[in-house]
Amino acid sequence: MAVKMSKKATSIDMTAMCDVSFLLLTFFILTATAKVPEAMPVDMPSSTVQSKLPESNLATITIGKGKVFFDLKGKQVRIQALEKMAEKYGVEFTEEDKKEFSLMEGFGVPIGNLKQIIEMKSADRTKADQPGVPKDSLDNQLAEWVQFARLANFDVNDKELEIAIKGDAKEEYPSIRKVMDILQDQGINSFSLVTGLRGKDF
Amino acid sequence: MAELNTGDGGGGKEKKIRSKKQNSKVDLTAMVDLAFLLITFFMLTTTLSKPKAMELGLPDKEKPNEKPADIKVDENRTMTIMLGDNNKLIRYVGLLATPVVGGAPKQFTYGKEGIRKELISRKVSVLAYSTAKGKPKNGMIVIIKPSKKSNYRNLIDILDEMGIVEVPTYAIVNEFSPEETKLLEGK
Repeated sequence: MAVKMSKKATSIDMTAMCDVSFLLLTFFILTATAKVPEAMPVDMPSSTVQSKLPESNLATITIGKGKVFFDLKGKQVRIQALEKMAEKYGVEFTEEDKKEFSLMEGFGVPIGNLKQIIEMKSADRTKADQPGVPKDSLDNQLAEWVQFARLANFDVNDKELEIAIKGDAKEEYPSIRKVMDILQDQGINSFSLVTGLRGKDF
Repeated sequence: MAELNTGDGGGGKEKKIRSKKQNSKVDLTAMVDLAFLLITFFMLTTTLSKPKAMELGLPDKEKPNEKPADIKVDENRTMTIMLGDNNKLIRYVGLLATPVVGGAPKQFTYGKEGIRKELISRKVSVLAYSTAKGKPKNGMIVIIKPSKKSNYRNLIDILDEMGIVEVPTYAIVNEFSPEETKLLEGK
């Protein structure tokens, strides 16, 4: 008797495979962090550096079009830094404001206008023409922010805050230099420059 | 499968509407293909889009009331790179007034074919020079001078170049002598 292959065997049951693949897909979608809308999108220059930017314990100073934006990681750190700034400049923030501030993206306004920005919807914030954090020698709020962020981070995480500078590729050197000077005035001599990735054979 | 009986059982010989058994199996191949494609996409985008961080250490800032410390450096080991506007890049080796042989001010381009070749060849010759003097650990020193008109991309490019070529010592200096400014603005 000739053994006949049954016709069914030619098609494999894909159900289990489909289950597994969708499970993995769900996992990757959920673990992928949603891209936080940036207050000021910048075109980062690329480099061949491989080391990644830390996820926490970090303050990012974004420089573009002559304006400076400040961003801080960690909810508790943000709240504490805001409280210290509010105390220094005598601005009142409600508990809701603080909570909203802990969740929002970077900002680029003087401390007096920060409340307005906090009360906006997140879609409006990007549209709002934020003038940048003041960094002149007369009104150097950026230096204060960095200082208080470091103090707050030391209280919360018991670690020195890392500073990253994220500059636009077309930004002229003096404005980058200005920010570096502010950092160096506080004794921060080591910081990261945020770049994109470039191919190996550059 | 759900069956729908019409009539009241009397007509046993009537044809029942049955769904064929074969139809119950859907071909999932295409669906699996799609799922894996999406998995690949999400895996790659989550890991690749992370921004990279270039570490930069600067020396302590000089206090205005302190006398700046003069550090004597062998001019045969130094290369000065000046960054100008419109991606202009001029380098000289040694002192500007008395450059080392073959090290007169010259314009280069960024990247593989430009400044990198020069850096690599100069690195080798500096190492040969130091070894001849009995100090093989003294490598090349590069002084980067970004002018006011240079942009951030230029700075990152040249710092990246330092990493690629593995220049042991490099520094960012902001002071320009009048001759250097003239050189950068001329031509």
